[in-house]
Amino acid sequence: MKVLAAMSGGVDSAVAAARAHEAGHDVTGIHLALSRNPASYRSGARGCCTIEDSNDARRAADVIGIPFYVWDLSERFHADVVEDFMDEYAAGRTPNPCLRCNEKIKFAAVLDRALALGFDAVATGHYAQLRTGADGLIEMHRAVDDGKDQSYVLGVLDQQQLAHSYFPLGDTPKAQVREEAARRGLLVADKPDSHDICFVADGDNAGWLREKLGDRAPNTSGDIVDDATGEVLGRHEGSWAYTIGQRKGLRIGRPAPDGRPRFVLDIEPVSGTVRVGPREGLAVDGLSGIRPRWCGTVPTRLSGDGVTVQLRAHGDEHRASVTVSPDGTGVEVELHDPAYGIAPGQAVVIYEHTRVVGSATISSTRRATT
Amino acid sequence: MPETVYLDHAATTPMVPAAIEAMNRHLVEVGNPSSLHASGRRARRVVEESRETIARVVGCRPGEVVFTSGGTEADNLAVKGVFWSRRDADPRRVRVLASAVEHHAVLDPLHWLATHEGAEVELLPVDSDGVVDLEALRASVERDPDSVALVSMMWANNEVGTLQPVSQVAEICAPHAIPVHTDAVQALGAVPVDFAASGVDALTLTGHKVGGPYGVGALIVRRELSVTALLHGGGQERDIRSGTIDTPAIAGLAAAVELAVKGQPEHASRVSALRDRLVAGVREAVPDAVLTGHPDGRLPGNAHFSFPGCEGDSLLMLLDARGIECSTGSACSAGVPQASHVLLAMGRSDAAARSSLRFSLGHTSTEADVDALVAAIAPCVERARAARL
Repeated sequence: MKVLAAMSGGVDSAVAAARAHEAGHDVTGIHLALSRNPASYRSGARGCCTIEDSNDARRAADVIGIPFYVWDLSERFHADVVEDFMDEYAAGRTPNPCLRCNEKIKFAAVLDRALALGFDAVATGHYAQLRTGADGLIEMHRAVDDGKDQSYVLGVLDQQQLAHSYFPLGDTPKAQVREEAARRGLLVADKPDSHDICFVADGDNAGWLREKLGDRAPNTSGDIVDDATGEVLGRHEGSWAYTIGQRKGLRIGRPAPDGRPRFVLDIEPVSGTVRVGPREGLAVDGLSGIRPRWCGTVPTRLSGDGVTVQLRAHGDEHRASVTVSPDGTGVEVELHDPAYGIAPGQAVVIYEHTRVVGSATISSTRRATT
Repeated sequence: MPETVYLDHAATTPMVPAAIEAMNRHLVEVGNPSSLHASGRRARRVVEESRETIARVVGCRPGEVVFTSGGTEADNLAVKGVFWSRRDADPRRVRVLASAVEHHAVLDPLHWLATHEGAEVELLPVDSDGVVDLEALRASVERDPDSVALVSMMWANNEVGTLQPVSQVAEICAPHAIPVHTDAVQALGAVPVDFAASGVDALTLTGHKVGGPYGVGALIVRRELSVTALLHGGGQERDIRSGTIDTPAIAGLAAAVELAVKGQPEHASRVSALRDRLVAGVREAVPDAVLTGHPDGRLPGNAHFSFPGCEGDSLLMLLDARGIECSTGSACSAGVPQASHVLLAMGRSDAAARSSLRFSLGHTSTEADVDALVAAIAPCVERARAARL
């Protein structure tokens, strides 16, 4: 088939493209330019948007022996991912821009364009496995490498998207992928993995938001309040700089009377109040999700042994029961054991054993009664 | 892979055999042209004969040929070097005028001068064909001629092929003794170029656009014009340009320039016939394709189109997959396509600018090349339209 390989300039997507080529597919490499002004995004070798990354991707395509182009997705990326990121933080939520990018850019804008141009599939270096199920539908499963599994950030893909996706690395541990890159002569073999958010240059989320939010910031100061007593413990310079479960950087002058660390428990963007308290205040035993996306058949209720949810990238699996609202617009998730530090805006991805069933955006959480 | 149909001669054109032969001959000889011994003198002779050849065919004196590493260096040397020299002679001279459609090798030095040297850069408007507004130039010059350091006006546009009235620009500037530079890298060998007759004071040419080697070019500078050096060192080229003189490349450059200029009339008539065939064929295949640039006053090998409803880079990729090579004509940084400043200056919308492709013909182009494009363009346009983001 004709495969469009999205090449970030990193080792994973380079090996994915090489494997697709070696499997006999007609592969074309593309690098997605996501910033109009590459220098303003991450510098160095860790991101996916720098000129250096584009050159690394080009060199990998040369070595593999496939054509290579740069596609300018900067406007779409800004509108669909960066703006959304700012809006979500301004609203007191904690978005996951990587999911958003997969949903709106890589497996939407890019996939649509690829199909229209005559390609059959988009290949990426994501660690996830695709299989055809007994019902003929494409199933997505966790990667064999637990530490690298990226099915969470792909949990937004529907059947149509999965049918045109290709993840050549899902069956391989990361260490082997690096060895393979070296064996194939790909110079990115020892390039560090990317982390954090590609458009936040130095990983300083709060600093980036402070600079970019401008008038959109819901507040520029507010109280840091003890959740239990209501006592004002300090002031902050914008509630959007905080995320639920955050412990560092609270800048509370005095320690808690019991000497235990305090965490952000709640953010009220309108009043600007940030509520803090002990870790047990973070315990959540249920949550509601909106905008559900299903990989295959839409379920009504999921429960039992293999049903789990994952609530953040690289987070733990939690045993759970999931009920889909009758009109299909939301999900209710009961957690069998409490989860900690769950922020609205993050995705809940629902699994049955290793298979991704679907996902939703967390809209509210229910504190566990202690 | 299908056989390559190369329609990107404005980016670079194959070396002609005479240039390869001249270059090869001197690659195997030792001798720094600045050395005083026999080998050095032999190399120096090659360089000076090359200089004389170029001078003879472009209409300047040999001493006015300053060899550089190519067009970008020659443009930088002209723009920065003349600005510095003129301003140093009279601190009032801080204005630099240029057309809005100059190549980045001129625009970026101008921007740099504005940012770092206090230059006041005025970019002159062009009409919808890309021709500079001479009255705007005249008005700007005459508003305060003593403050103009130089005017830079390309001979022919690299994207849309439109020719500029360079001699008239020189006429406007001459009464005020304002030096005029022209970037003629696309024009040389394609249209008649005579340095002395044009009235300009400095002219950029480069090897790889005329069938010569990469990495070598020249700035033709009128003897009387003082130019501050960019590169300091041995002072090899009139003290304006330092660096060991590249004898083989210069020999190749001279061979190519001589052939290009002498063969210009036949080349232009052959290539413009092919270009007309291409334009007619593309228009028939894609009736709403819009030819950009001046209908007549343009480079013989240039055909530049907007294909409404297409992304130029989708179209380029689809053609490339069929072995047909062309250009979106736009500047690239990290391969990121930016809407062309040339098309925007010509009043095209951002969308129209992004829907453009440049096909450029050259000395190896054939009717078969043109026909291959004409056969492929309609299905590619149709597909690219469907793929619009």
